[in-house]
Amino acid sequence: MKIRMLVVLVMVLALLAACGGTATTTGGQSSAKPLRIAVVMPSATTDLAFSQSMWSALKAVQAELGGESALELQYSENMFKVPDAAAALRDYASKGFDIVIGHGSQYGSSIQEIAPDFPKTTFAWGTDVNTFGLPNVYAYTAAAQEGGYVNGVLAARLTKSKLIGVTGPVEVGDAKTYIDGFVQGVASVDPGMRVGKTWTGSFSDVALMTEAAKTHIAAGADALTGSSQSVVGSIGAAKEKGDVLWFGTQSDQASLAPNIVVASQVYDWSSILKQMIENRKNGKLGGDTFVLQLKNGGLKIAFNSTYPLPDDVKKAAEAAIEGIKNGSIVVEP
Amino acid sequence: MSEIITSAVLIGILTSAIRLATPYLYAAIGEAISEISGVVNLGVDGIMLLSAYGAFFVALNTGNLWLGLLTGALVGVAMGLLMAFISVTLKAEQGISGIGLYMFGLGLSSLLFKTTIGTVKTVVGFQPVRIPLLSDLPFLGEVLFDQSLPVYSAFLLVPLAWFILEKTTWGLRLKAVGQTPAAADSLGVSVDRVRYIAVCVGSMLAGLAGASLSLALVNLFQENLTAGQGFIAVALVYFGGWRPLGILLGALLFSTVNAFQLWMQVLGVAIPSDVAVMLPYLLTIVVLAFTVSRVRGPAALNKPFERGEH
Repeated sequence: MKIRMLVVLVMVLALLAACGGTATTTGGQSSAKPLRIAVVMPSATTDLAFSQSMWSALKAVQAELGGESALELQYSENMFKVPDAAAALRDYASKGFDIVIGHGSQYGSSIQEIAPDFPKTTFAWGTDVNTFGLPNVYAYTAAAQEGGYVNGVLAARLTKSKLIGVTGPVEVGDAKTYIDGFVQGVASVDPGMRVGKTWTGSFSDVALMTEAAKTHIAAGADALTGSSQSVVGSIGAAKEKGDVLWFGTQSDQASLAPNIVVASQVYDWSSILKQMIENRKNGKLGGDTFVLQLKNGGLKIAFNSTYPLPDDVKKAAEAAIEGIKNGSIVVEP
Repeated sequence: MSEIITSAVLIGILTSAIRLATPYLYAAIGEAISEISGVVNLGVDGIMLLSAYGAFFVALNTGNLWLGLLTGALVGVAMGLLMAFISVTLKAEQGISGIGLYMFGLGLSSLLFKTTIGTVKTVVGFQPVRIPLLSDLPFLGEVLFDQSLPVYSAFLLVPLAWFILEKTTWGLRLKAVGQTPAAADSLGVSVDRVRYIAVCVGSMLAGLAGASLSLALVNLFQENLTAGQGFIAVALVYFGGWRPLGILLGALLFSTVNAFQLWMQVLGVAIPSDVAVMLPYLLTIVVLAFTVSRVRGPAALNKPFERGEH
């Protein structure tokens, strides 16, 4: 009986070990010591949304700096549980990573707690604006309402049914500001147009998100948008219907449904990352808050070249982008 | 309220509810079969994930949805064999091994997704099939008889499971093994064998639950696609008092309220979204509090069977 219990214990442990957090290195072994950045993310690097936007930016910076010999990257994904994420953040810091990023607004208190123990490490987290007054912490956020506004202008100009649907996760952070901006964009074209909003209460429940999108479509909406990694479900539902348009945010979502995605607001964190690296070389480890904006190039509107966007509509969107950049259009977050 | 709840909205709510209930039905009926034999399998969510992945991967690469569905079922059986080996043969603590199985399914499906598919893709899933004549019925026809095949079969599973559990010798044996395994053993019933079969059938149904998600309902795979649906299915088994009809009612209640709150949000009824999202859970708990006390679970639930021990 004892041996049996032991076998069981070993098997269970093996199972657990086989599938705990997936940590992956894309590091290089070279003579010159590379800069090392680790990132902890709530969802997967392939989520076509929030986590992917950061991972793509890190890879882009890596390529720009000369590959793995110049910049070593490591990530922990699917760290939705904050205690797991906190353990991973501390682990990376004690392994001597130069920059440790907690890519999720739920990681703030963990960063606040860990950063003072590693004064030589740069920490960064977002989306938020709070650096806790610590000299080695950066905060970063995205003015998601700006691209939301542009998408709203596009949606309002393109809808035929005059019904637009929003599929959101939880009314917080950039999910909320994006959608607030979107609604303002729609109202700028037609103040009377109806925008139906649903919140599923979850960033990851794809099944409910899909059903939310189907509900909007059944109610007559022909233009949809939404935020979080679970919107792939909404995009899938729109794609299946065939004539329902999608407006993306966080990452370029055109690859999933090339015929119906009109445009996506893309978060490009690379300029922020490069700034952090540059600051670190000059001895500055943190203390600033970065905001991605259309004006500073951190936010970009990626028009999907496959979708035949009428010229006048594209001009209206470009006018909105210009207006936001030069301050003549103010989008409330 | 009467202007808001038009018959079109009501049809919309019920059609959504039936779709939403589908994975819960497969998974919860499967879990009930496993539990009636005396084995709690908390790995349902992990099985659903791995099967959803397997089904999607095969359908994506062969273009054959049926082959995908079959793969989902087979992955379920394989996971069931693993669970049965750990909990029946090795007699491990069922709760812990189930959680281990869940994490295994979650981790492996994520890893395989990343290495073999890489990014979110979609397939054209099972399309609604209108059943002639029946689908022309006013109201109900549109709600009930214009769904996809995996949805129909989930609902057909309810009477089928009831029949097997209540009217066949196999059902009787299953219950005997879950209630008084020593007595069943003394009558020549192989307790381990019955439990192996029950766990594998239950896991196969969990596999179909996963496949119905990735091939009929959302038609894509993403890491942690189920987002905990398997655990809700386990709760539904208790809710339904280990009876297929009870599970059906529980699944429908949960899904209908969920569909209702989505529609209310779409129609702009002024309730805070946090409250709306809470509604299905809240109502389920309330109903559970008033109904469950009458039902008793299998007596040997969670107890490994050792010959000669009592």
